[in-house]
Amino acid sequence: MNAFDYEAPQSVDEAISLLSAGNGNIGILAGGTDLIAQLKEGRKIDLMIDLKRIPEATALSFDEDSGLSIGAATPCSQIYGYDVVQSRYPALVDCTSLIGSIQIQNRGSIGGNFCNASPAADTPPAVIVLAGTCRIAGPNGTREVAAEDFFTGPGQSVLQSGEFLISIQVPTPAANSGAFFLRFIPRNEMDIAVANAAASVVLNSDKTTIQEARVAIGAVAPTPLLVADAGAALEGKAVDDEEAIEAACAASRAAARPISDMRGTIEQRIHLSGVLTRRAIQGAIQRAKES
Amino acid sequence: MATKTEDYLGITDYKVIGTRPIRHDGVDKVVGRAKYGADIDMAGMLHGAVVRSPHAHARIKSIDTSKAEALAGVKAVITVDDLPLQEDKIEDLGEGAANLQHLRANVLADGKVLYHGHAVAAVAATDIHTAQEAVDLIDVEYEVLEPVLTVHEAMQEDAPLLLEDQTTQSLGEDTGQKSNVCTHFRHELGDVEKGFAEAELVIEREFDTATVHQGYIEPQNATALWGADDQITVWCSTQGAFTVREQTAQILDVPVSQVKVVPMEIGGGFGGKIRIYLEPLAAIMSRKTGRPVKMVMSRTEVLQATGPTAGSFIKCKMGVDKAGKIVAAYAYMAYESGGFPGSWAAPGAMCIFAPYNIPNVLIDGYEVLVNKPQTMAYRAPGATNAAFASETIIDEICEQLDVDPLEFRLQNSAREGTRRADGPVYPRIGNEECVKTALSSEHYAAQLSGKNRGRGIASGFWFNVGLKSSAAASVNSDGTVSLVEGSTDIGGTRTSIAMQLAEVLGIRAEDVKPQVVDTDSIGDTDVTGGSRTTFATGWAAYQCALDIKEQLIERAAKLWEISTDDVVFDDGTFSSSDSSKTLSFKELSGMLDETGGPVMGRATVNPSGVGGAFAVMIVDIEVDTETGKVEILRVSMIQDAGKAVYPSYVEGQMQGGTAQGIGWALNEEYAYNGDGLLTNASLLDYRMPTCLDLPMIETHIVEVPNPGHPYGVRGVGEVPIVPPAAAVANAIYDAVGVRMTNLPMSPGEVLKALWAKNGGNGTA
Repeated sequence: MNAFDYEAPQSVDEAISLLSAGNGNIGILAGGTDLIAQLKEGRKIDLMIDLKRIPEATALSFDEDSGLSIGAATPCSQIYGYDVVQSRYPALVDCTSLIGSIQIQNRGSIGGNFCNASPAADTPPAVIVLAGTCRIAGPNGTREVAAEDFFTGPGQSVLQSGEFLISIQVPTPAANSGAFFLRFIPRNEMDIAVANAAASVVLNSDKTTIQEARVAIGAVAPTPLLVADAGAALEGKAVDDEEAIEAACAASRAAARPISDMRGTIEQRIHLSGVLTRRAIQGAIQRAKES
Repeated sequence: MATKTEDYLGITDYKVIGTRPIRHDGVDKVVGRAKYGADIDMAGMLHGAVVRSPHAHARIKSIDTSKAEALAGVKAVITVDDLPLQEDKIEDLGEGAANLQHLRANVLADGKVLYHGHAVAAVAATDIHTAQEAVDLIDVEYEVLEPVLTVHEAMQEDAPLLLEDQTTQSLGEDTGQKSNVCTHFRHELGDVEKGFAEAELVIEREFDTATVHQGYIEPQNATALWGADDQITVWCSTQGAFTVREQTAQILDVPVSQVKVVPMEIGGGFGGKIRIYLEPLAAIMSRKTGRPVKMVMSRTEVLQATGPTAGSFIKCKMGVDKAGKIVAAYAYMAYESGGFPGSWAAPGAMCIFAPYNIPNVLIDGYEVLVNKPQTMAYRAPGATNAAFASETIIDEICEQLDVDPLEFRLQNSAREGTRRADGPVYPRIGNEECVKTALSSEHYAAQLSGKNRGRGIASGFWFNVGLKSSAAASVNSDGTVSLVEGSTDIGGTRTSIAMQLAEVLGIRAEDVKPQVVDTDSIGDTDVTGGSRTTFATGWAAYQCALDIKEQLIERAAKLWEISTDDVVFDDGTFSSSDSSKTLSFKELSGMLDETGGPVMGRATVNPSGVGGAFAVMIVDIEVDTETGKVEILRVSMIQDAGKAVYPSYVEGQMQGGTAQGIGWALNEEYAYNGDGLLTNASLLDYRMPTCLDLPMIETHIVEVPNPGHPYGVRGVGEVPIVPPAAAVANAIYDAVGVRMTNLPMSPGEVLKALWAKNGGNGTA
């Protein structure tokens, strides 16, 4: 690992001025579970900016009107340990509690998971189906980007020079709604998704019909994908409409455009997109019924 | 040295053996005080790093070290030119052997790189970051050659040759034929053609198994200090300090007496920590700088460049007669050697049909060069691949004959007097007892119900080894005994060895203080490998105790002014034969000064009466037919330990071997891309099972005493890794009706097999 400068700004403004003034390569540190591993593997930076002294970056709060606000550097274990998340956002528990080990969950954050922008990242599909947004701070103020629009390619996001992700905003779930995330890995822990999927549904008042639905899949394209056709296939359909669910699965398979690598083949990943979409939808419906 | 055929004492009322005292090294390991190689720090110590090949197969055109040498903080840079030349000579490593020219060229590439990660140069600097920066500054110019990655490719007539001078040794003769095939050997028993002609049912299948790594948690490390007096000290993590001394002395071209190897605590080895990698590099750089040099591999280096075990191609054929008796068996076994000769087909061939009494057998073995790291032993090396082939064929035979797979194994079981195809006639063995224990187990009786669930059975064999061991012990005045020995303690052997000494002297295990010492402090001792340590070093401790006992009898005789013939020693008490005088071991220990001075015992052994080990596994699994993932529901491992000196350690070995075997079965593999580059050199993508992937592994220790050991001990460490791959494959067939013939049986492979059977390609 090469020598680099380290700064720990205490405010958003201070961070922006460091980012704007910084020369050379800058690494933004939240939990460090990606960044530090990359530095050990040869990534070279000149300046490390640690976000954890900025209050907004480690905040975690809920308001019935504005929803859940998750600081970009808030560690996974705080998120899934938050009672509001446990009761209102179980899909966020699904994804934050299966990343790495407990030690990793005590450091790693959703913000870092987003900014590392791995196609196989486990938190984006859940945030996407929950209609979450990314709050980005930069020299020209703050802007919000829908979670599904944040990613532009492997390791790439919409973040411009001088910008950083400050928090993730997730709206308050509607009544009679449910969401679910799962991934497929060859082992039962400590692994990277071969494919993953999330679904959210809003049911009508007697919980027999799907009013709204969103489906997202990951590790099967250069970025996590919101599969609009899958959601559309479910809307207005009965919760036990097998044809509608199969249509949603087919939409996921059609949307998937994976690569073959040592973690899985194109065929396997397309197939898994369908399998996981079905399981995510069934899980979301179940949670909506229990809500 | 023991040469008798019956050394077993037949003791039935052990006092210490078979108990579970607190292990002697337990507290240090639990509180983190135990010293491993990476804990070493010394004044003036330099840190070393290695330049590694980015290619699988290439000629080195030039190496330019000037930029690295100019970097502030860099104290030494070396290439193969800094290593003395070697003769074409084979060195025995205890488990496996090495040609010294090849060992040298593996330590630092000599003209050619033969695998991704092959060491090309090394650097020592004042800190590790500077050393790593210097590594990046070394310019190596390569002429890239076509890689050869499987035995199938390597055995083609027009395959690129890895070692241009390599010729095939066939049936003991040099054919003169240049080839990647280093060795072809054959074992023949009876008349295999006649046997197959008599068979009612013949099954033949082909199997491919992936290259896999032992996965020890502690990376290789070595620290060396080359003193101004030319005395060299090496601290390292190894299964055998003496083999490291021998190899290091040879590579440095110095007498063995000039090298002292201090074995540190070891975080696993499984056969992978026998060959040297870093030791001579650290030593040469220490000589150049006059300072100690420490080198620790990263996980990536461990996976890329230490010895994994062989991937293989096996063609296997077995025939049974009308009565369900196996009448003939054939195996063609081609195993990867990696970049240099020396592979594991030979032990595989000793094991492949070993649990059975088969009159007609033919085995052809081949050891083949491929552009992968030089393979190394891995827990019963070669036998897991072999059993995957033979034991899945046996399952298919049982299915077709509609017979119970355990009853079939009992009917065809090898027993005392059975001749194995490679020659040996079995002494008393415990295979039948293992099968019977499986048959009568609660697990086997338990009904397995549920969709896509299945049960699999497989047997396994490992021959175990004896080899050299030494022990020395001194009696302390408080009635305890300090024991020194040279066997790396991987599985609790300090304690299992000490217990054998304690048993003789009638003292508690806790009254023995065992220590593993350096190569200047004890007689030559072979590696902790081949499941030999509790057997052979335990035997040395037993002999050592007999030596002490004889000397203490003399002391008692002197005290009591009687003949030694009139001194009786029983259960830790010396008494005169007329029972008028008695002294406990402790009391007599306090009287050494007045009876002639200190008492020490010593022994060296090289026992031949090694007892082979058999195991049977029962596994229940469930297949997720939508994802291809196999979940292990329940596992029982049944194994003959001869005598379990310390049952918890035997159970630990059985569970550890089973866990590793299941990892090998389901997910572990070296994933090379088309250019021969290893794409999964991390424990994230080299998928060993985690604790969430396995249920509690149930163990059944069978004890059929080994006639070749005083306490009936057989080796226990290796055989439990042999059955799992086959047992899991047989369970998958039972669950979903697909025969898996390749390892690993990863979700993608199971899914493909299901699509092939049921139609569909996953798009629907």
